[in-house]
Amino acid sequence: MTDKTDFLNGNVACAEGALAAGCRFFAGYPITPSTEVAERMALRLPKVGGVFIQMEDELASAAAIIGGSWAGARTMTATSGPGFSLMMENIGYATFTETPIVIVNVQRGGPSTGQPTMAAQGDMLQCRYGSHGDYSVIALSPSSVQEMYDLTVKAFNLADRFRTPVFLMTDETIGHMREKITLHSNVEIIPRRELKEGELPCAPDENGVPGFGTFGMGHNVHITGLTHNEKGYPATDSAEIHEKLVRRQVRKIEDFRNEIADVDIVNPDAELVFISYGAPTRTVRQLLNDNPDTYGHLNLRIVWPFPDESLLAFKNAKAFIIPEMNLGQIAKEVRQHTNIPIVVVPKLGGALHTPAELLKAVEVAKTVKKPVTEVRL
Amino acid sequence: MVDRSIENFECGHRACGGCGASSAVRMILKGYGENTIVVNSTGCLEVFSTPYPETAWKTPWIHSLFENSSAVASGIEASLKKQGRLDTEKILVFGGDGATVDIGTLCISGAFERGHDFTYICYDNEAYMNTGIQRSGATPYDADTTTSPAGVCSTGNNLPKKDYPQILVAHGSPYVATASMAYPADLMKKVEKARNTKGPCYIQVHTPCCTGWGFDGAKTMEIGRMAVECGLWVNYEVIDGELATVKKVKRVPVDDYLKAQKRFRHLFKPVRNDAEIAKIQAIADKNAKKYGIDIE
Repeated sequence: MTDKTDFLNGNVACAEGALAAGCRFFAGYPITPSTEVAERMALRLPKVGGVFIQMEDELASAAAIIGGSWAGARTMTATSGPGFSLMMENIGYATFTETPIVIVNVQRGGPSTGQPTMAAQGDMLQCRYGSHGDYSVIALSPSSVQEMYDLTVKAFNLADRFRTPVFLMTDETIGHMREKITLHSNVEIIPRRELKEGELPCAPDENGVPGFGTFGMGHNVHITGLTHNEKGYPATDSAEIHEKLVRRQVRKIEDFRNEIADVDIVNPDAELVFISYGAPTRTVRQLLNDNPDTYGHLNLRIVWPFPDESLLAFKNAKAFIIPEMNLGQIAKEVRQHTNIPIVVVPKLGGALHTPAELLKAVEVAKTVKKPVTEVRL
Repeated sequence: MVDRSIENFECGHRACGGCGASSAVRMILKGYGENTIVVNSTGCLEVFSTPYPETAWKTPWIHSLFENSSAVASGIEASLKKQGRLDTEKILVFGGDGATVDIGTLCISGAFERGHDFTYICYDNEAYMNTGIQRSGATPYDADTTTSPAGVCSTGNNLPKKDYPQILVAHGSPYVATASMAYPADLMKKVEKARNTKGPCYIQVHTPCCTGWGFDGAKTMEIGRMAVECGLWVNYEVIDGELATVKKVKRVPVDDYLKAQKRFRHLFKPVRNDAEIAKIQAIADKNAKKYGIDIE
């Protein structure tokens, strides 16, 4: 087998990436602009011996991939904002039960039903904080069709390595555009670590991650969304157990920020530095291409946990310019990690930023003094 | 009798030419009469009938979300009732088959259990058409959709159409009916009956979809009639739990109905799949026996 070149849209590339990563279980529900992921899986999974189930709603979709995961499969669902909102309860359950699942959110304009056919990045904070309680997640953000494929593969490996829900936070633009793509004959697969005999099902290893007691493999595991001890049994009235569990689950991700980080650092000596992820990265790259060696660029392929140390690479930075297709969600996070002035460039409605709009932000950034300045396009 | 000259659903909206749902909704609003408040789930109807300046509705109208129209209607009803306005205002819910038999079931069950006074219309075009023809729990056996693709691994949707009206009969609804947009007089009569019945009423209306089913939009009425004439769709009324009326037909085999639609063409090409067609005929035969639709 050799690599294969194809010309696909991002949603189809995502489905192909999932199949390459060994995903053999997809449960989903139709929603624009993500439906092509489900449609491709409906077509392809039966041919490779996998399971496609169309569920009755997104609550059920998220729940079914949790069940499928405990039965030993690599599982995925795909949705957009309204469906993502419905999944929040199950997402919290998956984080607390440390269930590896992959959830694709092809973002559209919100809130509510919003703009079903238009691109947005408005769910970035929802994906980090949307379910109740304290927890951490991993979220990836592709900016090309090739990255839809590659980062979907990566999402499965991260989900299994860290035993956590992993989000592919893409958007309508990347999901629906077509580009040349290389489908790999072999991709790296990092399997989840099976629970060893004698090991407690919720006792962490040196990385803070317990072994996975796949159902039907003789483990007699007990899975619950209640606060549980290392045996997996409810221990809801122990303050000590609760705090230890929540902190351990947060640390197993946050302590590995640098291992998880996946960024591009361009022109680290520049004074004006763009920070972007997803579709806006394409506009930033165009601007850098038109003005070589002028601006710095930090592109985030992984947004959560936020790779804060990568900000330090830009030693001469006088301003960070952050174009987002929301009102500045990740800019808020950047603000928490730096005192360098931030220029927020929000754009709503579905259209990408233009290079001219980014230049307008550059003019603001040249003289910026305030900690946070918003550019009105 | 309500004044059927009223037009609460204007022309000029964005539905496909030959859309069964749009004709049905126009007739339903005629049947439901004045002072109607509409709650509309996400779906084709919501999308094609509302964008400015082609907005079709001349009633108070609220788009709930996808799953919650009967809960929103419950709130409207309870509030009107407390204000003593329920005698004049009448609540009508529209949901597609996906919004009804799949995602909306939780809220529908709650509303019918509590017994709110409203009418729920499921316009049944037998798949998620708004998002591009994915199967729903109301998709008939063997229909080809984008999430039940017919091909080497499958003959299309391999699950039976959910018998949703019976679920609401089991809730104790005073009036449950099925109708077809191809029988407008019958449809309007049933809608009016629902308006005049206290409590939660349910009507499931067969609305052929030329785009999703694959037929010429000029033939929507014809396709609707063929479904009834072959027994794959049965028009009936259940009043207080008892089967009250049934549309009787001189039944014909299912073949012509299936052949007329691209969603079933894999049953005839490249070769006729007798085994699968026989299964669909058996569904029609079972319907005929269950409801006694055959004219002797």
